[in-house]
This record gives sequence, structure tokens and C-alpha cells, in this order.
Amino acid sequence: MKLKQLSLFLENRPGELSRPVHLLAKAKINILTLSVADARQFGVLRLIVKDWEHALKLLEKNHFVVQVTDMVALDVEDHPGGLAKVLEAVEAASINVEYMYAFAVKREHKGMLVFRFNDPDKAIAAFHQKRINVIGPDELVERLGA
Amino acid sequence: MKKSSPGNFHPASAPDFLPPAQLRTLQLLRLKATVQRAYDHVALFRQRMDERGVKPAQVKSLEDIESLPFTVKSDLRDTYPFGLFASPMKDIVRLHASSGTTGKPIVVAYTQEDINVWSNVIMRSFAACGLTNEDIIQNAYGYGLFTGGLGAHYGAEALGATVIPISGGNTSRQLMVMNDFHVTAICCTPSYFLHLLDEAKELRINIREMALRAGIFGAEPWTESMRQRIEAESSIKAYDIYGLSEIIGPGVAMECQCQSGPHIFEDYFYPEIIHPKTGKPCADGEEGELVLTTLGKQAMPMIRYRTRDITTLTNEPCECGRTMRRIKRIGRRCDDMFIIRGINVFPSQIETALLQVEEALPHYQIVLTREKGLDQMEVQVEVTPEVFSDTVGALEQLQCRLGKSIETLVGLRAEVRLVQPRTIQRSEGKAKRVIDQRKL
Repeated sequence: MKLKQLSLFLENRPGELSRPVHLLAKAKINILTLSVADARQFGVLRLIVKDWEHALKLLEKNHFVVQVTDMVALDVEDHPGGLAKVLEAVEAASINVEYMYAFAVKREHKGMLVFRFNDPDKAIAAFHQKRINVIGPDELVERLGA
Repeated sequence: MKKSSPGNFHPASAPDFLPPAQLRTLQLLRLKATVQRAYDHVALFRQRMDERGVKPAQVKSLEDIESLPFTVKSDLRDTYPFGLFASPMKDIVRLHASSGTTGKPIVVAYTQEDINVWSNVIMRSFAACGLTNEDIIQNAYGYGLFTGGLGAHYGAEALGATVIPISGGNTSRQLMVMNDFHVTAICCTPSYFLHLLDEAKELRINIREMALRAGIFGAEPWTESMRQRIEAESSIKAYDIYGLSEIIGPGVAMECQCQSGPHIFEDYFYPEIIHPKTGKPCADGEEGELVLTTLGKQAMPMIRYRTRDITTLTNEPCECGRTMRRIKRIGRRCDDMFIIRGINVFPSQIETALLQVEEALPHYQIVLTREKGLDQMEVQVEVTPEVFSDTVGALEQLQCRLGKSIETLVGLRAEVRLVQPRTIQRSEGKAKRVIDQRKL
């Protein structure tokens, strides 16, 4: 059920982001979604791709420092209170959200968000209990038509 | 460690074990001859001694050396190219030159006898760390004007070892030769060997499975932590060789198998330790600047040459039985030291600070700038997989801890900048740790 996210260290200067992006493009690896977290002097590029193992090998071969992190993707209803409902489920179980970002697709009034929890397994259990759909890698690829 | 039974030693190593009294007598004899030669044939030495009212005949004991003037690096520049030669060109068989950071290089000369002495001390260096004529030595010091390449080469041949004159650079070829030629020992700078280890990892080559068992590392300051890393990652023994072109090249001092600091080949080089600021001699065992006087050099005698290397000299007997005194590994130099906002900083201090936060020493570089009249120190540190995190908070915390560690050790705030792996230049010669961009 968990998704693998690749995080890359980037220095804060022009052209830094395009290097890994070009590498992936050349290898025909599609980026399903991404986010960039920025500090004053550096950034962390977070990527969700279809063939993450292939991408990991490619990036490491090109001297990027890459970390693999477990992520949880969820359907979030696109109306007021939709996100609140999701958050309530994890807060009740004392699970912390480290960060989150979205997929740029929407279907049937639902958006897809991807979360980094301090304890992804516990979070997935909490969602199951609340009958909130957790999107696994296969379903994700199918829904994105990637 | 091999048991130190006298029978184990190479015959050429015999002088290493001279009884101290005999050694001092030999040193005094040679010192007198050197001072006389320098006075007779080198205008600068004669002029300096005359200014002080010192005549060669007044050198009657080893302690009298303190009455002689120092020689410094700029003396070699000022007399460029041949001003300090004590032999006519017909007797000089070789010239070498050191790069020098700015402008003209420093030129050094050798007679055939000097070359023989040099080969002898390097042969004794190799013998001291247990190499024999059975060894296959990959000499990755640069061949050419730099003294390292040819110096090590002649010494290896004198020992009867098989020498591979591969010179520096072309790292993947170095690894191929190391493996295919069953190399047992390598000569290069310690930072270049670390570069070789990185490259081997990259190419999935395991140096541990090779025949390589010893590294003779020198030509730049290094630290015990570098030795530990080298030995842990390659399972070879890392030995410290010391030398400088102005004195002869590599082979002024070399570690024995006890690895407890290089023994100075005192029959040819006379060491003193002085306070770098006052020039006064240090007490026994006190840390200071190493000053060397050549005791056999014909073409270019050096009287009390200030090396700028900071070390201590120990008289403690070594387990190996050698009577030649030892220096501590050169971890820093007076001129590597930089002054920022009135504080003396050595790159080795920064290294220690980084090691207090990270388990292995990352590649780093110190950049000095001046902004609005105020000096700034930036320490660039490469991010390694071991410390990288997907959360910005954890990385900022790392940055902060590195900064605090430096501030505690150096007493000065430094800007720590995390940079991508392999963005700090790896030199194939001496590692460049400090980039000073201040326009002073």
C-alpha cells in the first residue's frame, strides 16, 4: 500500500533542478508527482515515479544523494472538510504529518494527496479503520494512466 | 607488527641504528663541512653569517647551530634560479622545481653524490616499513619537476623492488594496474589514495582482495583520522613519509612498522624545533616549527631551513630499535594556517570539528571572503548518503550542529554550506583545503 518516494539533495542555484529531471526524461521515466522543499541554501526534491528502483539506480550512478521514503497516498474529497476528515484519522492515533503534497489530477470530486507520516504503517491502519481509501502503487499507476 | 630482531633489517638500514653518541659525532663532522661549504660557495650564506659575525670555524658543537642564520622559502625565490647553488653546473646532474603558489618556482639542484644520498634515504624509507626486493611498487607520485616521482623511483630501484612508474592521474588505469600487476605497495599523496578508494567503490573494485598491503603517503599534511579511514577501507598499512624539495625531496623522514611517527634520517638531516614567532628553540617534546639543516648535500646545502611544518621531535626510543629521532606526523603547517578576524585557524581543526558530528570525514573546503570589510569563513561540506534526510528540518539541524562544532573548536562562527557530492574538486596532487578569496 505504501509508495516509494525518492528524495534528492539539491543546491540552491540555477540549473540544479533540471539535471535530475533531464536524466529521468532521457531514461523515459515518468514523474507521477513531485515537490520541492526549500531551505535558504539548499533544497530537497521529492519525486514519485513509476519505476522507482530504476530511477534510484540511475540517480545514484550520477552521483546524487538519494533517500527512499515510504509515503501514503489518499483520496481526499474535494469539498470543505475533506482534508480535515483525513487528518482527524491520524491525529486520533497520534501520528505526525511530516509533509504532504498533491497529485495534479482529480476524479469524481476527489483529489489525491501524498503524505509523509512519521509512522506510515500505523497511519495506514488508522485509515483502514476509518474506511478511507489508501492508494497503492498499482492503483496509482492505473488512475494516472501512466 | 614484525618482531624487531636485528636480523630482519635491510643492510642499508644500518645507519638507522647508530648508537646516539656516534651519530652526534657524525652529525657534527658533517655539519662543520656543510657550513664551510655554504660559506665558501654561496654568497647569501656568507653575507648572512658575516652580518652576524659568525665564522664556520666557530661551529664547534651541535648546539652552536643556534648561532647560524635561518634560511626561508623566499630566499630561494629571491636567488632564483641558481643563486643558492654551491656546485658548478658541470657537477650538477639534475634540477627539480616545486610549483610554488605564485610566480616563479623554487629550483633545487643535485650532484651525482646528492642523487645517491637521496636514493639511499628513500631505499631506507621503503625498508623501514618492511618493503623488500620482492615488492612491486606502484609509484603514483608525479614524475617530472616535482621531486616525489623520481625520488621514490630511484629509491625503489635501489631497494631492488619492481617499480611501476605510472605517475599521477588516470585513476581507473591506476586501479587496473594495481590489480593486474599484483602491486604490493603504492606511493602517492594520502588524499589521492582516498580518491582512488572512492573511485574503486564506484567501479565496484575491492582493493581488499588485491595484493596491496602498504601505502607510502606524503607530500601533504594529513591526520590520524585519514590514516584510520584508509586502513579500514583498504586493509593496507598506511605509512607516513616526510620530505620537502628544499631539503632533498621525499625521504627526509619515514615511519617504521611501528607507525608511531616518521624517523628523521639524522645522518643526513639535522632537525631542530623552534617557536615560529620568536625563532627560539623549543623545549624537548614541545610543539613548534621544524627547522632542518642538510648534512651531506653538495649542490645546495641548506642551513637551518624553516619548513613551516608544525610538529614535535621525540627522543623516546622506538620499539623498532632505530635511534634516529621521530617527528609527529605533520598535521598542519604555519602557512596552511589562516588568520580570520584575528584568530589563527588550521584546517585540521575544522576537520576535527566535522568529525565530531559525522562519523566519517566528508569532503570539505574552506572558503574565505571579505564582505564589507569583515572576513567571512564558509565551510562547504559534501552531503553523504549517511547524513542525508528527506526532511529539510533534519538537514538544517545537521548544518547547525556542524556550525556549532566549528564555533566551539575554533572560537569563530562559520557559515556551513551543504553541497552536492563530488562538487568539491578532488585534486590528484595536494588537496586544496583553503580557498582565500579575500583581497588583502
